Amino acid sequence: MKKILSILLVAAMAVSVLAGCSSGADGTTAAPQTDAPAQTQAAGGNETQAPAPADETQAPAADGATITVAAIETAYGSEMWQEVCDAFTAQTGIQVELITDKNLEDVIGPSMQAGDFPDVIHLATGREKALTETFIKDQNIVDITDVLSMTVPGESAVVGDKIAGGFTETSLTNPYGDGKTYLAPMFYSPCGLFYNAGLFEEKGWSVPTTWDEMWALGETAKAEGISLFTYPTTGYFDAFFYALMYSVGGAEFFDQATNYAEGIWDTPEAQTCFDIVAKLATYTEPTTPAQANDQDFTKNQQLVLDNKALFMPNGTWIVGEMAEAPRADGFKWGMTALPAVQAGGDGYSYTWFEQAWIPGGSEHQDEAKQFIAFLYSDVACAIFAKAGAIQPVLNIAQTLEGDNQMFYAIYDNGAKAAMGNFAAYDSGVIGVSNREVWFDPVNSLVSGNMTQQDWIDGIKEVNDQMRANLVQ
Amino acid sequence: MKKRSGRNGFIFLCAAPAVILFTVFMIIPTINVFRMSLFKRSAYSTTEDFVGLENFTRLMSDANFIRSMQNTILLIVVVTIVTFAFALVFAAILTREKIKGQNFFRIIFYIPNILSVVVISAIFSAIYDTNNGTLNSLLSLFSGETVAILWKGENMVMPSLIIAMVWQAIGYYMVMYMASMASIPQSLYESAGLDGAGRITQFFQITLPLIWTNIRTTLTFFIISTINMAFLFVKAMTSGGPNGASEVALSYMYKQAYTNSSYGYGMAIGALVFIFSFGLSALVNAVTKREPLEF
Repeated sequence: MKKILSILLVAAMAVSVLAGCSSGADGTTAAPQTDAPAQTQAAGGNETQAPAPADETQAPAADGATITVAAIETAYGSEMWQEVCDAFTAQTGIQVELITDKNLEDVIGPSMQAGDFPDVIHLATGREKALTETFIKDQNIVDITDVLSMTVPGESAVVGDKIAGGFTETSLTNPYGDGKTYLAPMFYSPCGLFYNAGLFEEKGWSVPTTWDEMWALGETAKAEGISLFTYPTTGYFDAFFYALMYSVGGAEFFDQATNYAEGIWDTPEAQTCFDIVAKLATYTEPTTPAQANDQDFTKNQQLVLDNKALFMPNGTWIVGEMAEAPRADGFKWGMTALPAVQAGGDGYSYTWFEQAWIPGGSEHQDEAKQFIAFLYSDVACAIFAKAGAIQPVLNIAQTLEGDNQMFYAIYDNGAKAAMGNFAAYDSGVIGVSNREVWFDPVNSLVSGNMTQQDWIDGIKEVNDQMRANLVQ
Repeated sequence: MKKRSGRNGFIFLCAAPAVILFTVFMIIPTINVFRMSLFKRSAYSTTEDFVGLENFTRLMSDANFIRSMQNTILLIVVVTIVTFAFALVFAAILTREKIKGQNFFRIIFYIPNILSVVVISAIFSAIYDTNNGTLNSLLSLFSGETVAILWKGENMVMPSLIIAMVWQAIGYYMVMYMASMASIPQSLYESAGLDGAGRITQFFQITLPLIWTNIRTTLTFFIISTINMAFLFVKAMTSGGPNGASEVALSYMYKQAYTNSSYGYGMAIGALVFIFSFGLSALVNAVTKREPLEF
C-alpha cells in the first residue's frame, strides 16, 4: 500500500515537473505577446495563426500575413481599436494582432529592445517616455509618402484626398523637412483656452479677442478675487506657445523659431512672445506651480471649475477628464482661440493630433501601409468618432454632436489653425529638452524664482546646440 | 578521493542555479550599463556611436545633473539622520519602557512601510494641498490667520519630500532596532541600575554599543533605499518639478534615458550613481567599524 502511494506521489511529481517544462516552453515562444498585461486579444495564439474573431464569416483567405498593431489606450478607450482591426481583417483578409495599453511603451518597449518591433504603432508625441520622438531622432521610421497615393481599402478614394488640408505638411508628420511623410496624422483636437462660459454670462464679461482685452479682464477679475489664468502642467504650454508664436509672427516666424534659426530669439516677435508669457505669469493663480505635476494637475483644472481662475490652456479631452468633478453652479464649458496680438489680428488655435507610424524594424511593411490607409476609411472614421476620436478627414466636423460640435467649430468661427512643433534634433544634444528649456521655467516665473531674462537666456543658450544637431 | 570529487560536484550543482541567475540578472546587466554609458544611443537604437568618456565629461558640466545629485545627497543625509534618530528613540521607548498599547504603536509606526508609494503620494497630496490641505489648515488654526504655504512649490518641495520619506521609513527601522534591543539581557540593565546609571546613560552605554552591528547594517540600507525610494517618491509626488527643483539622480537619469532619448547619457548617470552608492556604503562601513561586543 505504502509502495503504491509512493509510486503515485513520484508520478505526480514527475507530471508536475513535466508540466512545468511544457508551460515554460510555451512561455518562451509566446514571450513577446504575453508581456502585454492589458492586451485585448487572446495572447495564446502563435505568430502565424492568430485565431480569427468568432463573428468573422467572410474573411477572404489571404496569404496568412499577420500584422501587429500597438496602439495607446487613451480616454477614447481600446474597444474602437479592436473594432477597426476586425473591420480591416474583414476587408483585406490580413490578420491583426492588437496590443493596447495605457502604458504602451512599457508593454512593447522590452521586446523592441530585443529587436522585435510591431508593424504599426499609434502614439502621441509629448509623452514622458518619448517613444515617437526617439524613433524620429534615430531616423528609424518607414517613409509612408506612398500611402497618401494609395486607395483606401474598400473605397475608391485616395488617402491623400481624404486627409484634411495641412495635416500631412507639418513638422509632426514630415519631421525631416524633406517633403516626405513619415507619420500619419490621427485623432485631432483643437487646443485653446478653456473657461466657464456660464461665469462670463453671469458677470456680463466678453471673451477677450486681443491680449490687451485679456489684461483688462485680468484686472476686472482680480477685483472679484478671481485669477486670470492657470495651467494643468507646464507640458500644456507647448500648444499654447506654438499658437502664440503663430499669432505673433505668422507661419514664417513659427517655422524659423521651431527650426532654431540663428538669432531668432532676439527678434521683436520673440520678445513679444516672452513678454506675453511673463505677464501672464503675474496673472496666474499662485498655487498653480505647486500643483503643476502629474499627481495634482487636476487640482489646477479644478480651479476653473470652481471659478478661482478664468482660463486654462487645454484640449477637448478636458470635458471627459473632468466629467465627474464638482463644479460651480451654472458651469458651462467654453473654449476660445488664443487672442490676437493686435486688434484685427488673427487668433490661433493649435491643432493637436496623434500619429500612427511604421517602425523601421517592421517585417510586414506593405500590410502595415494598407492598415494605415484603412484608418482613413469611412468605416474606421465612424468607429473612431463613436468613441469621440476624430480623424483628420474632410467634412467630419458636420457629423459631431454636443460639446464637440462647439469645440471643432472653432476654426469656422474665425480662428486660424496652428500646426507643427519644434524640429527634431538628434542625440548630439544631451542633458536638455525643449520642455525643460521653454516650458518648465514658467513654473519659476509664476513663483518668482526666476526672472524673464534668465528664462530667455536659457533658451538662447541651447538654441545653437539644437540647430547644430538638427536631424536632416 | 572519489568521495571528495563527488562532494565537490554536489556543491557545484547546488550553487550553480544561484550563480547562473546572479550572473544573468545582475552581473551581465551591470556590465551592460557600464558599456552603454560609453556610447551615444537611444533606447531602441539599431546603431550606436562609441564616444568614450564624453558622456561623463558632459555630466560634470551639466548644471541640472549637479542639482539632482545635490538633492540626492541632501536626501541621503537628512532622511538618514532624522529617521535614524526617531527610529532609535521610539524603539528604545517601546522596548525599555512599560507603556500602554505597545503593540498598537508598533503597528501604527509600521503601517506607512507597507503602503505603496502611490498611496503615500496621494495621502501627502491631501496633506500638502495649499487651499484645503491638512497641514495648512492646522497651521491656520494655531496661528489664527490663513496660512497658504506652497508645500510643493519650488522653495518647500525638498523639505516636503523629506517629511514624506521619513514618515514612510521610521517604522521599518524601528522594528529592526526593536528586534535587536529585545535580545539584550535584562540583567545588564539591572546591574547598571544598581550602579546608579540613569536611563539615558543606560541607553548610550548599554543599548547603543550592543546593537552596533545592527546599526551598521541599517546605515547601508539607508543609503541604498534612500537613493531608490527618492526616485519613486519624486516620480509619484512631484514629477521632478516645479522646474526641476525636486529632481534626484535616478529621476534625472530616467528623464535623460527616455524623455530626452539620450540612453547612453542616462546610463552614464546610472554608472555614476552605482559607483557613488557603493563608495558611500563602503565609506560608512569603514568609518563605523568597531570591535563587536558580545553579551
